[in-house]
Amino acid sequence: MDWNFIIFSIVKIALAIGVLHAIAAYAVLVERKVSAWIQDRVGPNRVAPPFVKYIPVLGPILTRWGIFQPLADGLKFMLKEDFTPAGVRKMYFWLAPALAIIPSLLVIAVIPFGSQMGNQKMVIADLNVGILYTFGIVSLGVYGIVLAGYAANSKYPFLGGIRSSAQMISYEISMGMSVIPVFLIAGNLNLGQIISWQATHGWLVIYAPLSFIIFLIASFAETNRTPFDLPEAETELVGGYHTEYSSMKFALFFLAEYSNMVATSGMMVTLFFGGWTLPFWGLDQPAHSLVIGILQILIFLAKVCALMVLFIWVRWMWPRFRYDQLMDLGWRRFVPLALVNILITAVWLWMRS
Amino acid sequence: MAIVVNRKPLTFWEKLYLPAIIGGFKVTLKHAYGSLFKGKVVTMQYPEQKWTLPPDYRGAPYLVKDQEGNTKCVSCQLCEFVCPPKAIRITPPGPAGHLADRSNAEKMPEEFEINFLRCIYCGLCQEVCPEEAIFLQKDYSLTGLSREEMIYDKEKLLALGGTVGGVQKWKHKLEEAKEQESFPVKV
Repeated sequence: MDWNFIIFSIVKIALAIGVLHAIAAYAVLVERKVSAWIQDRVGPNRVAPPFVKYIPVLGPILTRWGIFQPLADGLKFMLKEDFTPAGVRKMYFWLAPALAIIPSLLVIAVIPFGSQMGNQKMVIADLNVGILYTFGIVSLGVYGIVLAGYAANSKYPFLGGIRSSAQMISYEISMGMSVIPVFLIAGNLNLGQIISWQATHGWLVIYAPLSFIIFLIASFAETNRTPFDLPEAETELVGGYHTEYSSMKFALFFLAEYSNMVATSGMMVTLFFGGWTLPFWGLDQPAHSLVIGILQILIFLAKVCALMVLFIWVRWMWPRFRYDQLMDLGWRRFVPLALVNILITAVWLWMRS
Repeated sequence: MAIVVNRKPLTFWEKLYLPAIIGGFKVTLKHAYGSLFKGKVVTMQYPEQKWTLPPDYRGAPYLVKDQEGNTKCVSCQLCEFVCPPKAIRITPPGPAGHLADRSNAEKMPEEFEINFLRCIYCGLCQEVCPEEAIFLQKDYSLTGLSREEMIYDKEKLLALGGTVGGVQKWKHKLEEAKEQESFPVKV
């Protein structure tokens, strides 16, 4: 084995997962702040470690922005009692949170989050079939939720699990078909190659806007976000599939949801918004210096964060779809639309060639 | 009888969900702008800002002193009897106890305790008191670190209660009685 490869891979994995968790934690803060602003409230503005108030000017501002709130939230999750209700199926009950979070962490393996630093490509696994891997892993995410619903041995998680499985399976199809035009246009399944295609030809969102819209909506459904948050519809199902969970096990589901959001945002950035590139100042070429390399990672993260804000914003905008409306939308609107989209793109490419 | 509500079928434009989407963006942006830049928020920063309480607000009951600073309570124990959750405990002075610190009363309580873990702020003590010595006041957020701390003794209740100017004894009763004299209300 090549030790160089192993060490660099481990470093990249550790950094990627660290950044992912940081973004997920702060996404919760952004969620709370954005919801507060939209609902004419203030949002978290109190939590701060004791030393912060001695920092002049900056300390109160950080406190008012709630910068320390995620730390307090995380601490609370860890210190809470990890309660296992009587009558749960213990093994599955323990397995489900792990199965929920593992796929969401695995997805980021193929997403190129930067060009290169030194000789290292800024992607954990430069697969030639990156997108197929992604769809394979993403569809595993449903198992965690279904298993959580089954293991809890309680009706509301059970209903949540059923809804979730139906929803995720339905939207997986339109999601998968929506990206086919992208590959028809770019002619490659390797995500790195897709980005370099976009660097020369322009972002794919211009070439395949319909694909982007379908992919966006399907990813709302895939990550169980409003307006498709049926699996955890509080008003109907108490807490949905994680009703019976507490403490860190609940936190894992929570983290899985937000990591999924980050991963799908990363996926959308890669497929439709040119990944780590920007079309000016020569930022669309692989970096030769360290500064440019870091800058390109930051560009990628900024694009991801912009999409995350969209995800969060939408949650406070629209009411939830009814179950039959959701299925109707998935099967009778988006699947045909995605098929037509493939056809049109194929014909258009054929006419041009 | 069932009422049939006529629902207009959605137009094609509405079926695209686009008006709803645009409307959602508009409403949320408007509110976010208002709360971010114009300070139009409904949140009250509680410990710093507080409500203005209505004049008849029923908060914690405290003992009051008369205008000369003497204890008004005469240790009759009516409030102790009437208190539904039994939050009040009065220790009377007994035959050999202290005299009242005012001339027109015989006794004053040796000890007067209100357990604010039990008090339900019903106001019966205030209503029953013949000496107008206990009043429900404006305090509502009583906190303490132990159960003992939440039992307020006589000194504390008197200190928190303050002074009530003028003896109003029987005045209200008289007014009430006069009102009832002419019960079939005069036109």
